[in-house]
Amino acid sequence: MTHPHAAPDTAASGASLARTPPEELHARLGTHLDAAASAWLDRSLDEAAAHPGAHGPISVWELRLAEAGRRCGPVHADAARVLILHAARADTTALTRVYRQGTADERRAVLHALAHLVPGPEALPLVEDALRTNDTRLVAAAVGPYAARHLATHLWRHAVLKCLFTGVSVAGVTDLARRARGDAELARMLRDYAAERTAAGRPVPDDLHRVLALTESAPTPPPADAPHGKES
Amino acid sequence: MRIFDPHIHMTSRTTDDYEAMYAAGVRALVEPSFWLGQPRTSPSSFLDYFDSLLGWEPFRAAQYGIAHHCTLALNPKEAGDPRCVPVLDELPRYLVKDRVVAVGEIGYDSMTPAEDTALAAQLQLAADHGLPALVHTPHRDKLAGLRRTLDVVRESALPPDHVLVDHLNETTVKEAKDSGCWLGFSVYPETKMDEGRMVAILREYGPERVLVNSAADWGRSDPLKTRKVADTMLGDGFTEDEVDRVLWRNPVAFYGISGRLDLAPAGTAATHEGNSILRGGE
Repeated sequence: MTHPHAAPDTAASGASLARTPPEELHARLGTHLDAAASAWLDRSLDEAAAHPGAHGPISVWELRLAEAGRRCGPVHADAARVLILHAARADTTALTRVYRQGTADERRAVLHALAHLVPGPEALPLVEDALRTNDTRLVAAAVGPYAARHLATHLWRHAVLKCLFTGVSVAGVTDLARRARGDAELARMLRDYAAERTAAGRPVPDDLHRVLALTESAPTPPPADAPHGKES
Repeated sequence: MRIFDPHIHMTSRTTDDYEAMYAAGVRALVEPSFWLGQPRTSPSSFLDYFDSLLGWEPFRAAQYGIAHHCTLALNPKEAGDPRCVPVLDELPRYLVKDRVVAVGEIGYDSMTPAEDTALAAQLQLAADHGLPALVHTPHRDKLAGLRRTLDVVRESALPPDHVLVDHLNETTVKEAKDSGCWLGFSVYPETKMDEGRMVAILREYGPERVLVNSAADWGRSDPLKTRKVADTMLGDGFTEDEVDRVLWRNPVAFYGISGRLDLAPAGTAATHEGNSILRGGE
């Protein structure tokens, strides 16, 4: 993690987990874990790479994923879990199973890992599930690079609005400026929300003005990996 | 004063309760899985509940500065319902999760053969997963229920000092203490124990291995009963250290057997003004 002393589940560190190449993430994590945790992680990554069998109803690497918090400590658990998922080469089927059977912490790690492991839009249902929750840790993890790449425009606008509603900093929304630029519909939604807050005598979040300013820039042609799916 | 409520069903409580509990000194709690007040109709209903105890509820607690843990099990009231028993096959994948600090609540409700089977199987699951067990003692025919519970514990792979027998009272405390198990007392407004009787038991039997809980749920109950017992103890001449032992160090020692206690509230980065729960009414 780029900010090892930061709280583990801020949007900033989450975006960092999703963007940092796993080899670099492993090297950084190694400098922060104590000897026992470091040995546990190395063994777990070897096991995940080898897929050596089962622990009752789940595979051994999924057991390691479950216990990462108590082995590495809560501050480093997200990074450890992303590395285990990567070492296991978890595909969309495995990621979906781990997400559905996971604690909130495990689900967050899956969301961070998507950008490393799934090239196409097939894991979007997990992002959409996280965006339906009111757990701000999951919402923040859902708006990383995978959503920036693949989330359809309508749902992406609602994700931004949900961040404003729930107090998740939009600084953690990957590619916010690129996707907001020239988006007149997002601007309308933001203005309506600001009007609703004002009518209620409540303050308008600073982040709203920030995103609104981004929408007012001229649109640019979409890059090659433009969002999949149609507006719905 | 720091308080650890070792048995409280927060899923049934409001955020006002979390706020009041924090103000009263509660900094950590354990939420045992139990029934919903009406029968579940399938294992899926348990799975959604377990997911909530491992996801949403710790998040809610953290917003109020309280560390949330849980115990998972097929509860005594539903252990005899064939629609629910298959959840036993799902438990192993849940018992490996972080913040699961015991198997529980298990034990007897009506003392049937099906409850015998579920209790023995789940004591074995606890032993297999390096977890202690939270054992509910029945409300009807309590002393006979305690004796039968202790027999099953003695026959199990779990040592007595990995077992907390809960909902004890004047009629069951002595035999429970002699068994070597940890001793749980639920303090309620009308039923179970009250503050004055609790302090009398502490006077007679001492604070060793004693845990006091509110067991607050969807029924008539009070999530601040732990604090009220602490105040009654102080009023009766117990020292602050003795209060801390009963209301913090004993639960930490018992659930610490799991190696999974994390007494910093989970996800404290989300604990700021403007989060989803604090703003939920806007």
